Amino acid sequence: MHVLVLSGGLSAERDVSLRSGRRVAEALRTERPDWEVREQDVDAGLLDRLAQHRPDCIIPLLHGAAGEDGALRNVLESLNIPFIGSSAAASRLAFDKPIAKRLVEIAGVSTPACVAMPQSTFRELGATGVLDAVVASLGLPIVVKPTKGGSALGTSVVHTAAELPSAMVGAFAYGEVALMERHVAGVEVSVSVFERVGDVLALSAVEIVPEGELYDYAARYTAGTTEFFCPARLTDEQALAAQALALDVHVLLGLRDWSRTDMILTPDGTAWFLEVNVAPGMTETSLFPQALLAAEIGLGTLTAELVETAVLER
Amino acid sequence: MSGSRLDPWVDSYASRAHAMRASEIRALFAVASRPEVVSLAGGMPFVQALPIDMLLETAQRVLRERGAQALQYGSGQGDVTLREQILQVIGEVGVTAHPDDIIVTTGSQMALDLVTRVFCDPGDVVLVESPSYVGALGVFRAYECDVVHVAMDDEGLVPSALDEAIVAVRAAGKRAKLIYTIPNFHNPAGITQGQARRAELLAIAQREGIAILEDDPYGLLGFEGEPPRAIRANDPDGVIYLGSFSKTIASGLRVGWAVAPHGVREKLVLANEAAVLCPSNYAQLTISEYLATQPWREQIKTFQEVYRERRDALLESLQALMPEGTTWTIPAGGFYSWLTLPHGLDATAMLPRAVASLVAYVPGTGFYVDGQGRQNLRLSYCYPEPDRIREGVRRLAGVIESELELAETFGTTHSRGAFTGSSVPAPDLR
Repeated sequence: MHVLVLSGGLSAERDVSLRSGRRVAEALRTERPDWEVREQDVDAGLLDRLAQHRPDCIIPLLHGAAGEDGALRNVLESLNIPFIGSSAAASRLAFDKPIAKRLVEIAGVSTPACVAMPQSTFRELGATGVLDAVVASLGLPIVVKPTKGGSALGTSVVHTAAELPSAMVGAFAYGEVALMERHVAGVEVSVSVFERVGDVLALSAVEIVPEGELYDYAARYTAGTTEFFCPARLTDEQALAAQALALDVHVLLGLRDWSRTDMILTPDGTAWFLEVNVAPGMTETSLFPQALLAAEIGLGTLTAELVETAVLER
Repeated sequence: MSGSRLDPWVDSYASRAHAMRASEIRALFAVASRPEVVSLAGGMPFVQALPIDMLLETAQRVLRERGAQALQYGSGQGDVTLREQILQVIGEVGVTAHPDDIIVTTGSQMALDLVTRVFCDPGDVVLVESPSYVGALGVFRAYECDVVHVAMDDEGLVPSALDEAIVAVRAAGKRAKLIYTIPNFHNPAGITQGQARRAELLAIAQREGIAILEDDPYGLLGFEGEPPRAIRANDPDGVIYLGSFSKTIASGLRVGWAVAPHGVREKLVLANEAAVLCPSNYAQLTISEYLATQPWREQIKTFQEVYRERRDALLESLQALMPEGTTWTIPAGGFYSWLTLPHGLDATAMLPRAVASLVAYVPGTGFYVDGQGRQNLRLSYCYPEPDRIREGVRRLAGVIESELELAETFGTTHSRGAFTGSSVPAPDLR
């Protein structure tokens, strides 16, 4: 079996992606020493390399645009190369936060109220008036983030209207459209989902307790700065609600193989959907591998199974 | 019930390690290493201008003829022949010394570390230019020094500001141990101290009894006239002079040096032995052989021409393309120009947009310990070819235009938090 792990790319999450790729490739090599597992960056030479040395299966672990927005997966589908993870179409829906939120909301999943706007709206209508309307509609505090992208890049929590313009500029630095979302106070958890022999299974929720208010880039990738609880400190009902939400999202959005859903649990028992990742981080500090470890499932074991399924079925 | 922090040693680290964190800025620099990105960020010397065949031959000769010595431990002070040859190099900037006054180090970065180790207790003050070299700030921080920035003008450190800073430090009950300066083709400011200014600064340092740490990696890379005379040339006892082969031969060999007064040098040798036992013998002998057998002065002229052409490409395109309200320094040598953005723009906040537009720079806050420099960025012209520099400036101009539009839309003087120390890339990497 020849497996190609794609990581890196040109997004701001390049470094995270390279680390994810390295970790998955290493786990796979240990699990299947007879397989040929290679890691490759994504650049203009990729298609030529794929043509010369066509892999049996690809593991796309690019984070951020191109990797998660479905574009690269579209190319792989066109080339008819099996890959693990969600299809191009499903990835496109999941990667766009306001679209994913709306789709799951229609199906009855709770998600914080939000508004998404491009920079041009503020330019054409006047930022002050638009932001006033947003604050009046959502109330404070508000979470501001780019509609596409991960690792909390460009994300901030705004407590006063005066902080909002600066937060908008921070979000627009990472994308053309910004999402303003009502801040929901509660327990921040992440639930990883994977597929095995036709079943869709949810792992135990991982609870995230960052040093500061925000589980930001530094908190995500500096070991020691965030405290994780796996399983999360939840009641049985809350734990089941969290897993049910992640399973619902995975199925509703038509995701495949693996995903990770981030959510907030409020004291009234509601699980609030924030976003879902089709290429979950696999670094040393990432949530998906922590959940697997708690369930005593090897990252290499799971990945090898998904590869074998993809090769057989796609 | 406590959770997992994913690092069992998190409670064992020294307090100075707490600032060593992952950062968005470093994440963006990971993208800047891709060939699609025009990186005006790193200060990587253009080593492709070296005669690689001759270096290969030199390195082979070292191994063939002196292999047993090259591959063995050596003196903590450095190879004596190389120290004699370094005298010729520093002679170009007017420094005279005895080979015993020189200690060879693993790049001049190691010399910075050793000098700080020898001079500074936690809380001691180091006076630095405003802005200052990020790698030096990292060393001073590692030794828990208080870094105090002193204003610069077109001629470098401002003497009256230095006086005021010394008075303020004393009033605060602290002691300034070092005045750290890069007098030639400053990193990152691109400014060169005039000779009169050097004399004024030296007089203040002598009067106050504070050692000057003169960092001169770029002194031989001027584009006009003779290399500026070093401050050390006028006071062998009050100035510790740092030099490097990283820019004049090869940064990968990691060979630099310190020229220091007798007592300081004795301690630096002991500190060097404690840190690394000895600098690499192989690298030293290769440099020594190169200096003995190759036309190294001619090679420096080649580097000067390469960098002058790139400096010109940068300045011409900045002049042609930068939006109104943008200013920059005009370096007479070295690797860098220091750009000031139009009012209200923040170079750190702008970096993600720049990287998405495939151009990278180093935001100005990295060159301060106190959050200054938001409106500034450092542009390096040393590594990309002139056409790439022009393309990079074209992209940067577009990014600044967009950022101006954004600032106008939101009426912001936006800021997203400073980044310092461990947030910035290794100084001489892309």
